[in-house]
Amino acid sequence: MPKEILLDSNKIEIILSRLVCQLIENHKDFNNTVLIGLQPRGVFLFDEIIKIFKDKYSYLEFNSGKLDITFFRDDFRRSDKTLSANTTNINFSIENKNVVLIDDVLFTGRSIKAAMTSIDTYGRPKSIELLVLVDRRFKREMPIEPNYCGVKIDTLMGDKVKVEWNKVGKNTVFIEN
Amino acid sequence: MNKLSVDHLLGIKSLSKNDIELIFKTANHFKEVINRPIKKVPTLRDITIANLFFENSTRTKVSFELAQKRLGADVINFSSSSSSLKKGESLIDTVNNILAMKVDMIVIRHPNPGSSILLSKNTESCIINAGDGAHEHPTQALLDSFSLYEKFGDLKGKNILIIGDILHSRVALSNIYTLNTLGANIKISCPLSLVPKEIESLNVTIETDIDKALKWSDAVNVLRVQKERMIKTYFPNDREYSMLFGLDLNRLNKIKKDIIIMHPGPINRGVEITSNIVDSNNSIILDQVENGVAIRMAVIYLLASKLNISIK
Repeated sequence: MPKEILLDSNKIEIILSRLVCQLIENHKDFNNTVLIGLQPRGVFLFDEIIKIFKDKYSYLEFNSGKLDITFFRDDFRRSDKTLSANTTNINFSIENKNVVLIDDVLFTGRSIKAAMTSIDTYGRPKSIELLVLVDRRFKREMPIEPNYCGVKIDTLMGDKVKVEWNKVGKNTVFIEN
Repeated sequence: MNKLSVDHLLGIKSLSKNDIELIFKTANHFKEVINRPIKKVPTLRDITIANLFFENSTRTKVSFELAQKRLGADVINFSSSSSSLKKGESLIDTVNNILAMKVDMIVIRHPNPGSSILLSKNTESCIINAGDGAHEHPTQALLDSFSLYEKFGDLKGKNILIIGDILHSRVALSNIYTLNTLGANIKISCPLSLVPKEIESLNVTIETDIDKALKWSDAVNVLRVQKERMIKTYFPNDREYSMLFGLDLNRLNKIKKDIIIMHPGPINRGVEITSNIVDSNNSIILDQVENGVAIRMAVIYLLASKLNISIK
């Protein structure tokens, strides 16, 4: 399958630094903000972002966790495949917190819809924002847009956008068609 | 594999090691769900489940109902005392009538061994066995082993002792199948009158000296004497049973070893086990109850995944 590299390690690093700066600009001390990485693929981006927060900006004390949305998906019993869950790790209440959901690729918006319903089981958030590395615009099936976005790309429905983290020490975003 | 190899849960005998591990993995996720501030997910919002209990039950019935409600399913409960079976209707007819009202899944407890198998062959529904006579009680065995797995990580090579009325216990048989599949070593300890025939063919050894058996074990599952199933006398009296096979603190202190204590309930305190052991630090009896909901959510979720929705 032909692969087209969209972002290489250097570009991803620049983008992630920018996204972290935007988060700091909007949330300042993160006293009332929590970062939530979405399973399964968003947690790699989430880990990279947390690393930048700690290494570059010495932000050590803020709440963050990983959320699995499997039991909230809208396609249960719609294929022969059983939907397999992943670990959720949120050890704090999100009642009245500003939540930032982190995912690698925004496509139809259905995962984000499920995440927004799912996060409610930990309390009623004050607000929810969305951070993504890649926004496949024009393919949305829900009225959902990111607040923080790495790149916006135009793709065909059959294309696959993949993000590889730490493969031979490199991060890459590519399109398969 | 992320799919069960079976379409019903009739017994542990029909499950593979992969099935059991998939149920445990899924139960782990549901355990996290039921510890959230809001413990409910909408996954099964379009599924209706009927709980048919033709035998008394407290824990299992409540546990199944909670599991179903936390998965978002619609639940109807039905007990033998209020049923048309009293008016002469057959079990298959009763179930077919319930299914005609668009019920997707049946959870059944029945005094006759094999009743859930009969239903699975003669009705068009997904069946979960919640205990059929002295045959099997698969979800209890799964939650017992899941509770051990939380403590030990892997059950391979672990020594598990089952004390009590093995002859009349569906919990014992299902536990033996599960522990064998997961590679544990199994010993039973009870009066010889309560040992089922050919139990040794299931990789089980018998030890009538409970002190010796305790020294060998890493965990012990204490079962109740099921007087309601006894048609004759199997031991002289409760006091003698308690002296020879009851678990008390003196007995445990003597072996100087930490052993995990389990009991599926209901407990007859002072007969098969004393209160101070039930409430001790080594007891995981209440963990078993909590895990029961997570295991049942996992089983229902995985079986419901196979019921494809027919919206065209």
